[in-house]
Amino acid sequence: MIEARGLSKRYGDTLAVDNLSFSVAPGKITGFLGPNGAGKTTTMRMILGLDEPTSGQVTVNGKPFTKAAQPMRQVGALLDAKALHGGRSAYNHLLCLAQSNNLPAKRVSEVIGLVGLTEVAKKRAKGFSLGMGQRLGIAAALLGDPEILMFDEPVNGLDPEGILWIRNLMKALAAEGRTVFVSSHLMSEMENTADHLLVIGRGKLIADCTVDEFIAANSQQTVRVRTPQQDQLTKLIASAGGTIRDSGDGGVVVTGLDVSQIGDLAYDNAVRLHELAPIHASLEEAFMDLTASSVQFHAGVPGGADQPVLTGSGV
Amino acid sequence: MVSEAPVAVTALPANAGNASFLGALRSEFTKIRSVRSTYWTLLTLVVVMIGISAAACGGAAHAAGQPGSHVQIDNPATISLFGLILGQLIIAVLGALTITSEFGTGMIRTSLATMPRRGTFVAAKALVFAVVTLVVSLVACFGAFFLGQALLSGHHLGTSLSQPGVLRAVIGGALFLTACGMLSFGLGLLLRHTAGGISAAVGLLFVLFVLWQIMSDSLPLSWQGDINRWIPFNAGSSIWRTGAQGGGLHVFSPWIGFAVFCGYAAVAIAGGMYLFRKRNA
Repeated sequence: MIEARGLSKRYGDTLAVDNLSFSVAPGKITGFLGPNGAGKTTTMRMILGLDEPTSGQVTVNGKPFTKAAQPMRQVGALLDAKALHGGRSAYNHLLCLAQSNNLPAKRVSEVIGLVGLTEVAKKRAKGFSLGMGQRLGIAAALLGDPEILMFDEPVNGLDPEGILWIRNLMKALAAEGRTVFVSSHLMSEMENTADHLLVIGRGKLIADCTVDEFIAANSQQTVRVRTPQQDQLTKLIASAGGTIRDSGDGGVVVTGLDVSQIGDLAYDNAVRLHELAPIHASLEEAFMDLTASSVQFHAGVPGGADQPVLTGSGV
Repeated sequence: MVSEAPVAVTALPANAGNASFLGALRSEFTKIRSVRSTYWTLLTLVVVMIGISAAACGGAAHAAGQPGSHVQIDNPATISLFGLILGQLIIAVLGALTITSEFGTGMIRTSLATMPRRGTFVAAKALVFAVVTLVVSLVACFGAFFLGQALLSGHHLGTSLSQPGVLRAVIGGALFLTACGMLSFGLGLLLRHTAGGISAAVGLLFVLFVLWQIMSDSLPLSWQGDINRWIPFNAGSSIWRTGAQGGGLHVFSPWIGFAVFCGYAAVAIAGGMYLFRKRNA
């Protein structure tokens, strides 16, 4: 169980994490979501005691992590797969970590086998590919048979096979009753793995709910409609409080009314419908809507109305 | 590689996995023995110590062998330990690297995420480095001493460990190297940067000494002695000197000088430790 209360971190003028309070419960995968620069990594660093909070506190099983008697049994973390001495072999890297916590050396070979690095265990880590490095980092996190696993953007840069592997691993670990806390800036990734979501933007918590709740609460339900009696239906929908926009392919997209309301409205007024379908908003869209105001670095839309790519007006 | 769901991790017994100082020592020993830089620097140290002893003592023996020569050597033990002048810089490189490589590679984040007690971490690292350095330095100093004396003894210029102060000087050479390494370790912890740590150590150990040699003549003699003995190299090297010392200037006695030198190292380590506990890793 990870619990944060009023957690804040200031770097100079930047408030990287702003009064976060949350708890991460065992037995499920909690996705920690936010755009780049939202404060996800900083929060994880404070959980591990790498950064000292400016104010507030965060505990792991009721105590600050730096006071843990069995640190690796409590938390296995992969924040940055490159955070190792490249001149050391994979085996020795894991061995020195295991020894610091008095974990049996045979555990090292075991986790190396688990992540599929047995053949390169004696090779120096600097020659490892991104995927191999990520597996080595995960092996380190699993060394202590930890209650809590914490991964920061674990699928970044991985190939589809690697992504699937990590996704399955996280599910298996959560199914064993462990706490899995995983950050990502990709909603699509969380949609497939997470049970629970913590969403942050500009250091502030903006959602703490299940994935389904998140979509339901944060996306507008829209319905796709096609009809030969377009003008008539437009008037009906407008008078019922819905709004219509052209979908561009001969149909319209209605917001403000659900499928049954539109179906009933059409039936009552003898309007033929050729298509009536709810559009399920993806997590991605809900996320974009929610964080639109809290993205730290806004990029203009290239060629967009308000920001031409190249200004044609000469001097 | 396999992409199906991995097997569950086998459970560890509940009593396994206590982080302790002993565990941290074993961990740090694994770290220091599993990177090549350790072997290269320590091998270089031994070669340089023995090589310079051969050159210095061989040269003296050669001069003594010239017809009509009346060469007298009043500090044969010290001459065979002249390699320490270069050796201190070599061990300073390893001392800084031992701690700065954690910062430079990012390993520090993994180290502290698995062993979050920073005091224990640094203390274990420093102790392991000190013991490894002391052992290798003893080999280097005794090797340099015995080779040097063997070369000098042909002309009856050599000395032996049973002579007054000689055993202290040879063991003192190893202690001096260890303290140099610790000073550099402290500076590395303070600066968190390999090149910075090494430069600072070389500056304190070597550049300061050379600058002092150049500048000191322009000062009144009474000042010279007062400043001279506090120069880190002069304070530290008093422990491996025998015979007349200091070119007429007042110097510390061997153990007092070494204590002063250790004091410098302790200040660097304490300062580094203070900042390390406060800083973000």
